[in-house]
Amino acid sequence: MTTAQALLEVQDLKKYFPVQKGVLRRTVGYVKAVDGVSFRLQPGETLGIVGESGCGKSTLARTIMRVLEPTAGKILLDGQDISQLSGKALRRIRRKFQMVFQDPYASLNPRMSVQDIIAEPLVVNGLVAARDIPAVVADLLEKVGLKADDRQRYPHEFSGGQRQRIGIARAIAVQPRLIVADEAVSALDVSIQAQILNLMQGLKQELGLSYVFISHNLAVVRYISDQVGVMYLGHLVELTTKQALYQQPLHPYSEALLSAALEPSRKHKRERILLRGDVPNPAHPPTGCPFHTRCPKVMDVCRQSRPTLREAAPGHWVACHLH
Amino acid sequence: MSEAVLSVRNLRTYFMYKDAEVHAVDGVDLDVRAGEIVCLVGESGCGKSMTSLSIMRLVPQPAGRIVSGKILLDGVDLLRLSEDEMTDVRGNQISMIFQEPMTALNPVLTVGDQITEVLLRHRRMRKREAWQRAVEMLEFVGVARAAQIVHEYPHQLSGGMRQRVMIAMAMVCEPKLLIADEPTTALDVTIQAQVLDLMRKMRDDFGTALILITHDLGVVAEMADRVVVMYAGQVVESTDADTLFEEPSHPYTRGLLRSIPSLSDDTETLYSIPGTVPDAAAFPEGCRFADRCPLAQPECLATAPVLREVRPGHWVRCHFADKGSVSV
Repeated sequence: MTTAQALLEVQDLKKYFPVQKGVLRRTVGYVKAVDGVSFRLQPGETLGIVGESGCGKSTLARTIMRVLEPTAGKILLDGQDISQLSGKALRRIRRKFQMVFQDPYASLNPRMSVQDIIAEPLVVNGLVAARDIPAVVADLLEKVGLKADDRQRYPHEFSGGQRQRIGIARAIAVQPRLIVADEAVSALDVSIQAQILNLMQGLKQELGLSYVFISHNLAVVRYISDQVGVMYLGHLVELTTKQALYQQPLHPYSEALLSAALEPSRKHKRERILLRGDVPNPAHPPTGCPFHTRCPKVMDVCRQSRPTLREAAPGHWVACHLH
Repeated sequence: MSEAVLSVRNLRTYFMYKDAEVHAVDGVDLDVRAGEIVCLVGESGCGKSMTSLSIMRLVPQPAGRIVSGKILLDGVDLLRLSEDEMTDVRGNQISMIFQEPMTALNPVLTVGDQITEVLLRHRRMRKREAWQRAVEMLEFVGVARAAQIVHEYPHQLSGGMRQRVMIAMAMVCEPKLLIADEPTTALDVTIQAQVLDLMRKMRDDFGTALILITHDLGVVAEMADRVVVMYAGQVVESTDADTLFEEPSHPYTRGLLRSIPSLSDDTETLYSIPGTVPDAAAFPEGCRFADRCPLAQPECLATAPVLREVRPGHWVRCHFADKGSVSV
């Protein structure tokens, strides 16, 4: 990891959800959804986060966005710790980082016109005078591949792909530097998914954006990312460049995940590593390495002590006792 | 090549939606042979799920109806059976599994109740015998602790487990045909690999033919013997799986394959098919893909292409499918 000023630096971030029981709602334990995640994201880069359901990737996104309160750890945006900000200061800094969601329909108010939806963050932040709004919105709509005339229409009049374009237009309206995208293309058909991925790539170049791109789809993450992190049960188990991860994964979980992903080709028939069983319940994670219950290469030490994220090769971080 | 277990001929299933007639399935032909895995692939709204619900005669009433066609199961036209006769077919000769097992499993019945229900209905087994068979079947589909799980309720199981229970239920009468509608779409990749493996084992051990409905061309490459690609209610390409991936001939199929980012290579710029699927209530006169097709000619807008056999066993609905190699 370089020493240059990162756009986003996450240090030992934790988000625990209390498990409550009984009429007194006594806390009997915690689900450690995010348990000590650290990474740095340079300006103009895209960090992909992959993992299966329940691995904590969406909680990570929401905690970085300060939609959820972090339990511990720091979130540095341009060197400024935003993990403790609240009220006005938080609202002001929110302009720098915006979020794009999986289901655009659920994140767009159905009773607001497209213009009102896109202009809302501009109005709230007092960035644009009322008379300039139509022109600004028209410009944003064209940037995301919609028509200026779509301003007066409502979300239900658009297809899933178009709604995601509206969601992106709203996110870029305040000229953020970072966009956190949580499964942004997962609900879309492949032909539309490709359109949105290309739009996001184009906007990244044009506006100098950085992305934290969260997805369960390994091929999509490879396409859009520079760096990729693999999450399992709240932990980042591997973090490296996309080339290194996809060509030479070091963590046995990354290996299994990549081998299980299917390619639309009859030529790439790889040897599959079939993992046994399911992901353990995050309220009762295994001792030692969180992956040891399913790991084909498990050793005695894995059951006792949890491996930390170490730099096994230059720029290639892995949390595994084998490396 | 063995006889077809299932032959669908010119199937049309229409819906009334907001006073418009929606042609969800619009003249579909489909053949499935014994022990064969046929993947039915296409994007949302292409009619693939409605084709399978039509085969099961489970089209939502009264909005939808099967307008015409034949669905021959071992020569018997399912569209001519009474509702009672059809009930003897479902779960017995043809079974179906769905994307979200929780919507198909009854939450207030135990796993065992639901599997034995099928056996009691179709096999007239005694209760004890049926329960024993249910446990065997659960063991067969790889459910650990089958003797305990059989007494549990669906909500106590993980997603992958529920899908195994659904497969056990669907296969317990050893049907001739299993229809699986996006069976792994809701599952994580590591669990998906397990479930696909299991479905292949079902085919191998029982000789069951399988129609696998999916939008995921990765699943198709992994599983299919033959592939049927649907677009806007019609079959646009149908061929063996190797040919589909090596020599896709319909511009839609080619565009679809090129829209998927690669797992094994870095893709610079991804191809994307422009535009969106046409409105099913107002399909165009000519080719339904014409307005998104990079090869479209005036002819394509004027006349609708028919599904033609351009090479033995390779059917394509495109005016230009055999006019030299055209690149998309």
